[in-house]
Amino acid sequence: MKAVLLLEDGTVFEGLGFGAKGCTCGEVVFNTSMTGYQEILTDPSYHEQIITMTYPLIGNTGTNPDDWESRKVFAAGFIVKENCPYPSNWRNQETLDAYLKANSVVGIEGIDTRRLVRHIRTQGAMRGILSSSELGIKKLTATLQDYPGLVGRDIVKDVTVAKPYEWTEGVLDVLTNTQDVPTPKYKVVAIDYGMKRNILRLLVSHGCEVVAVPAKASAKEILAHKPDGVFLSNGPGDPAAVTYAVETVKALLGKIPIFGICLGHQILSLALGGTTYKLKFGHRGANHPVKNLRTGKIEITSQNHGFCVDLDSFKGKDVELTHLNLNDNTCEGIRSDKLGAFAVQYHPEASPGPHDARYLFTDFTTLMAASKD
Amino acid sequence: MPKRKDIHKILIIGSGPIIIGQACEFDYSGAQACKVLRREGFEVVLVNSNPATIMTDPELADRTYIEPITPEIVEMVIRREKPDSLLPTLGGQTGLNTAVALAESGVLKKYGVKLLGANLRSIKKAEERDRFKKTIQDIGLEVPRSGYVHNWQEAKRVVEQIGFPAIIRPSYTLGGTGGNVAYNTEEYEKYIRWGLALSPHSQVLVEESVAGWKEYELEVMRDRKDNVVIVCSIENLDPMGIHTGDSITVAPAQTLTDKEYQIMREASLKIIRAIGVETGGSNIQFAVNPADGRLYVIEMNPRVSRSSALASKATGFAIAKIASLLAVGYTLDEIPNDITKKTPACFEPTIDYCVVKWPRFTFEKFPQTSPELTVQMKSVGEAMAIGRTFKEALQKAIRSLEIDRHALAAKHIDETVPPNQLKDKLRSHCWDKLWYVAEALRRKMPVDELFALTKIDPWFLNNIQDIVTLEAKLLAGKGTLPDARMMRAAKEYGFSDRYLASISNVTEPEFRKHRQSLGVNAVYKTVDTCGAEFEATTPYLYSTFETECEAAPTSRRKIIILGGGPNRIGQGIEFDYCCCHAAFALREIGVESIMVNCNPETVSTDYDTSDRLYFEPLTFEDVMNIVEKEKPDGVIVQFGGQTPLKLAVPLERAGVPIIGTSPDSIDRAENRERFNRLVVKLGLRQPESGTAMTYDETLNVAAKLGYPLLIRPSFVLGGRAMDIVYDEDGLRACVEEAIEVSGEHPILIDKFLDDATELDVDAISDGSRVVIGGIMEHIEEAGVHSGDSACSIPAVNIKKDVLEEIARQAKLLALELNVKGLINIQFAVKDDEVYILEVNPRASRTIPFVSKAIGVPLAKLAAKIMAGMSLDELGFTEEVRPDHYAVKEAVFPFLKFPGTDALLGPEMLSTGEVMGLSDDFGTAYAKSQIAAGNSLPVTGSVLFSIRDADKARAVPVARKLGAMGFKIIATKGTCIEFIRNNIPSEFALKMSEGRPNIVDAIINGQIDLIVNTTVGKQSITDSFAIRRNAVDRQIPYVTTIRGAEAVVKAIESLKAKKVRVKPIQLYYR
Repeated sequence: MKAVLLLEDGTVFEGLGFGAKGCTCGEVVFNTSMTGYQEILTDPSYHEQIITMTYPLIGNTGTNPDDWESRKVFAAGFIVKENCPYPSNWRNQETLDAYLKANSVVGIEGIDTRRLVRHIRTQGAMRGILSSSELGIKKLTATLQDYPGLVGRDIVKDVTVAKPYEWTEGVLDVLTNTQDVPTPKYKVVAIDYGMKRNILRLLVSHGCEVVAVPAKASAKEILAHKPDGVFLSNGPGDPAAVTYAVETVKALLGKIPIFGICLGHQILSLALGGTTYKLKFGHRGANHPVKNLRTGKIEITSQNHGFCVDLDSFKGKDVELTHLNLNDNTCEGIRSDKLGAFAVQYHPEASPGPHDARYLFTDFTTLMAASKD
Repeated sequence: MPKRKDIHKILIIGSGPIIIGQACEFDYSGAQACKVLRREGFEVVLVNSNPATIMTDPELADRTYIEPITPEIVEMVIRREKPDSLLPTLGGQTGLNTAVALAESGVLKKYGVKLLGANLRSIKKAEERDRFKKTIQDIGLEVPRSGYVHNWQEAKRVVEQIGFPAIIRPSYTLGGTGGNVAYNTEEYEKYIRWGLALSPHSQVLVEESVAGWKEYELEVMRDRKDNVVIVCSIENLDPMGIHTGDSITVAPAQTLTDKEYQIMREASLKIIRAIGVETGGSNIQFAVNPADGRLYVIEMNPRVSRSSALASKATGFAIAKIASLLAVGYTLDEIPNDITKKTPACFEPTIDYCVVKWPRFTFEKFPQTSPELTVQMKSVGEAMAIGRTFKEALQKAIRSLEIDRHALAAKHIDETVPPNQLKDKLRSHCWDKLWYVAEALRRKMPVDELFALTKIDPWFLNNIQDIVTLEAKLLAGKGTLPDARMMRAAKEYGFSDRYLASISNVTEPEFRKHRQSLGVNAVYKTVDTCGAEFEATTPYLYSTFETECEAAPTSRRKIIILGGGPNRIGQGIEFDYCCCHAAFALREIGVESIMVNCNPETVSTDYDTSDRLYFEPLTFEDVMNIVEKEKPDGVIVQFGGQTPLKLAVPLERAGVPIIGTSPDSIDRAENRERFNRLVVKLGLRQPESGTAMTYDETLNVAAKLGYPLLIRPSFVLGGRAMDIVYDEDGLRACVEEAIEVSGEHPILIDKFLDDATELDVDAISDGSRVVIGGIMEHIEEAGVHSGDSACSIPAVNIKKDVLEEIARQAKLLALELNVKGLINIQFAVKDDEVYILEVNPRASRTIPFVSKAIGVPLAKLAAKIMAGMSLDELGFTEEVRPDHYAVKEAVFPFLKFPGTDALLGPEMLSTGEVMGLSDDFGTAYAKSQIAAGNSLPVTGSVLFSIRDADKARAVPVARKLGAMGFKIIATKGTCIEFIRNNIPSEFALKMSEGRPNIVDAIINGQIDLIVNTTVGKQSITDSFAIRRNAVDRQIPYVTTIRGAEAVVKAIESLKAKKVRVKPIQLYYR
């Protein structure tokens, strides 16, 4: 099955299709993590994004029921150098190909992914169309032209949940097949902008009773749960377009401890008067060094964001920069002690990625404990 | 944190000679450390006995001690230099053990020397098995069940708890020496007893076997603010049970999900913290049960290791360099990433290719030992290959090994191997198992069954299945050229042109032309640490078959240097040293240097060494691809040993500009008939000789020349299949192998000059002037391979006029061959007559030794000559005649190969070398012996067993030893000769004469030195047990009478306590 990837600047890559047969539009991005493709595919932050894996051999460990990060595969498409048809891992249950087919996701393999990555690096992330059904460039160009891209659009509404739900699972130890579920001490409302499950699991394992609510839940609805803290989740797209979420957080600030991750970080920043901008090609991977400016220590972090909080936008405001990306000196974390709120741009829940920043969940419970007293 | 202010002068201990388990990787790490620490303004003092290293170049450290690495000698260096700190983690196990000994004996405290990187406590926690086990268990991780035993009774108890198979690991031995797997009581007892004998503390660890589990390694870095990063993960293709140094390994890990990988990563972080490695790199090994992911921690090296060199080359993250900076106080975020320049070193490299490392074995040199792979390392080198897929990297790795195999093709094994034997092969741990795997797949063995037999993860097996499937399609088109689609598919899978050409039944150049006409060409990608996320500034490249090429050649004047490929006996670090010097030289004169090599251990494959690095196999195809891309002004083939030399003619035929001595001149020296004409033309002498293609022809030549004879194949390095024969029986025994190794070329038969002195000459020429670099006198007589013989600069026993004649002949030969660069000539002197044995118009193994003996970087000068300069311009116009003595001694791997005879002969067996320097020969020789691990006694008993021809010369040797207070013990004939000469001597039985005999005496520890010379097959077999037991008990032994004479001088020096240390920088004044 032939497949083709067309970028908005006209660049074409031809390869072989795998996964579902079809045609899909999205922003073409790349991820440099060498492990965790199943978690990446199911991360709702990748909604409307076609993901290129820089590591060329993908699918080696197949897929399994434990490595889902949400209820479905959110990636719009998947680009790899070589898709592995014979996975080998004791947890494997289904090949990547079958998994993508079952989840209606189009994949392409056999292209020079490094060329594509270098192209994105120099030209910036761009819109693209990936197709294994229609192969005519003219038709694909036309379809792609109709695709609006991510800037200025609220796509959180497409991935959030319709109704509140409770979450009770803790972090799973795959070797012993046991979960870490202590008796809850705190009640947390997590606003689901497209939340990764490992955040929920970590909250539970840190002694939180968790209720997740839709992105549009109002401050009043949230406070009605009588939480000890509010968590702002990750999610896809342009934070500036999710104005309702910013308003909700503004209404919560100072009333209750708040912890945000990724889009949650951006929304908190906007609520604190900051601004966001789009990065040239974003940060996606599991190896980004972030310096904790309070301790001076470096964390190797899992990242997935195309937008970024403008450091300068906090000038003169009572917001502390707590975490800095050492690769490009961008904002990775902020805190307002006065308002009892903090957030990080990267993913302390990892999954995939290093677990260096899990202490932030403890920081959150500490903050809730302090505000309870 | 910026660099520490309390450190000014740092002592670095190197790893000494190249041995199995400790090779050039420590030159790579040590050289990086020296460079970076000096750049940071520290004074660096270096101790290393290995002259063939870049790190012992006089420019690399402020003070360089080419001295034995023993606690006593290093203490002398400390006393003289008063360093304030010692960096112990870059010199392998040798460096670490020496540092530990110095710390434990209080020497470091006495002189106020701080240990950098790791303190004594953490080193011991990592190195001492029971403390390590406890530490690991305390942090909630698992280790295999195990117990220490000190005798057979304890061993029996322990194995009852652990069960079979059981792993036996003698304590405190290098590279797992003496390690074994026992499957039954009989094997167990044998290995336990051997292990107890080998362990300096008579201690053996018996461990639960996790043979068949998956093996992983993580390379970890930590700084003093407790920032920790993982540089690289490595997955072994071979299961647990095979030493990781002998395993095919792959980076990054392939078959771990993120959850499992993070468990391993977290475990590594916990371990490095619990062990307490303050700063620097560590290597942690894990075993994983393929059925349920259960994880065991196997071991940790709290230092830079072979794997860290591999990880550095695999990722572009220079572990040793960064470890050095961390040791002096920097933190990871303060150090820039070398490759991107803009991002910090505090990150975890991500790679967008697959790396395969494949070990190189030399079992053919040790036919008496089992070629089965075990937990004790046996490989002598390795090749690394980079590809965009595992399949591509695997096939590139095969041709990088230079074992005349260019594919997993069936022809490399016995294709008719019956099914049962095939299964036996698959169950065994033979070094070439993957060829049997491929054969099993060709015979449609299901992957499940293959996994059950081999325990190689199905992911690897399925990838090999892909290769075999495509191979079948290619073979279906046998005799025809593949079309564009098939061609691209084959090249993407890494198939070599050479193999594809053989399928198409055309020559390789023809095939190449066809391939290029189809537009299927190699492109180059960059090793950039970051998966292309950031721009790379360092041209570290590998080939693949995709669409975009990143090579971007410059328009500068440029020269390609072809490296030596994987280390093997006969071709090792010495040639890499020369290649590095070529790169340094070109940089000095503003010519762009482009290195091509595939050996991950080396300094040459450090991206810092040359302007551009191509990490590629050294085959015609791969080199031509680079040449066509780079369009160099010249290619240097004479520095990398036989590997690039073999390419000289095909490359020249393809129009590549080979610079330096012409391939035609090389051929004149290598081709026996042309060489004979050359010798006649110049009026020189060589031993009478002949050539033969068959045994009968050999007999005729033998009849004409008379015995003894030297038999050897054409075109081999390191004396492969060479032998000296004294009669027709001996001749019959060796001719067959020589004919086989020689292939289509005739075997060479020389009259052997018995009891002659051999000399090596290294000289340099620019075509119009020749300067002698050094004339080395071999300690062992002619007949011992020059690489295995100890030698001395200046010569000790040769008359001045004979030396002048040798120099004259050397110059004559160099000019006649129009040498532009280096030339090495071997001479024999018998009764003051000079004979030419061999001429090699290229860099020789002895170039680094000579360069360090005389203080002139000959290889560097030679590279500049090749680039067009003259000796006059270079200011090197006269031979340097040092007034000190430099002695080179060879180091052997016999200990690793049980059952192997330790007798020296014309086939080279040594893996490395050391150098001893002093103002007198005796002390220089003594130092070389100490450095080589032959700890000569100053009191005790000496055993003599001497062949008749040597008896007269053994008398003065015995007399001197007796006078020095040694007890002389001798076998019958020798004893009679000694007593007749009034030397008090005790009689001992030979093995065949009854008991207790001399071997009993050796085993009982009653002998401190053995002098044993032999002639002919029978007496060699008789004395085998003597040599073997001496090796196993590490008793110094000498197998030549000249060696014994040198030993006497050395012992005299030792008794007079004349051993002093002095940096080479002072010798050159």
